[in-house]
Amino acid sequence: MNLVEFFDMGGYALYVWSSFGATAILMIAEPLLLRTRRRNVLRRIARLIRIQTEEQS
Amino acid sequence: MNNASINWFKYSSPATFYPLAGRLIPWFMAIAVILIGIGLYLSFFVAPTDYKQGEGYRIIFVHVPAAWMSMFIYLIMAFWAVMGLVFNTRLSAMMSQALAPTGAMFTFLALWTGAFWGKPMWGTWWVWDARLTSELILFFLYIGFIALQGAIDDTRRGDRAGAILLLVGVVNIPIIYFSVKWWNTLHQGASISVTQGSSMASIMLNTMLIMALGFWAYTIAVALSRARSIILEREMDSQWVRELQEIRQ
Repeated sequence: MNLVEFFDMGGYALYVWSSFGATAILMIAEPLLLRTRRRNVLRRIARLIRIQTEEQS
Repeated sequence: MNNASINWFKYSSPATFYPLAGRLIPWFMAIAVILIGIGLYLSFFVAPTDYKQGEGYRIIFVHVPAAWMSMFIYLIMAFWAVMGLVFNTRLSAMMSQALAPTGAMFTFLALWTGAFWGKPMWGTWWVWDARLTSELILFFLYIGFIALQGAIDDTRRGDRAGAILLLVGVVNIPIIYFSVKWWNTLHQGASISVTQGSSMASIMLNTMLIMALGFWAYTIAVALSRARSIILEREMDSQWVRELQEIRQ
């Protein structure tokens, strides 16, 4: 089986790759978005603590 | 604290759950990557060409696991909704909230891959048949849950409203599952049944199961990770959050 034949998927290329492609994109994007969310909340808490310690001193 | 028997309520405290979840995430992610890797290899290089649908049938290896996950995740959310309403634990609502976006994603993928499978095989992207319509309703239930919980400022009330919506919507799950039996649908019947076993070649079945297990592991990892962020967002003012090592950095 050569590469062109493989990507052609017996004429079903559009349907097969749109299905697997969308699944791959979403399942890679979700963990990346979650990493950003975690970073943001950690930064927010750190800033909150900094502000409160400044107010106390 | 040192009970001989396991005190399950201990783990319902966000402060104990948070580090535990943190330790579990890399394991489940690793399992997910390995299983999905094997599953993809089997999907494209081992599973034989279908005699009726040619290579086009390979969509089944993402379509069916995604559709299963869309229903499983909803059931787990409904379980947490019951736990939240009965025991009034803070963590239950956080768990349903953590699962909802992933559930919505898999529901979307089930519809999306279904459309791309329906077009070449049935000649149409979409029909208003019972299976497709009830799955679309499931998607709206996920979106509705996320919107409702987000729209209510009081967290406790938002959690309770969300839990009730989840419980009302649970009636949709058996409708989706049995729709292909109860009505004459364009969608084919179940490929796997508890009573009759499987109607497909064992390599195709195994590939689908491996993919589904991979999706499970992925869902657990992602949901635990989201739950951790939700805990931090909600418990920002508590002492244990402020003493976490990762914040000092």
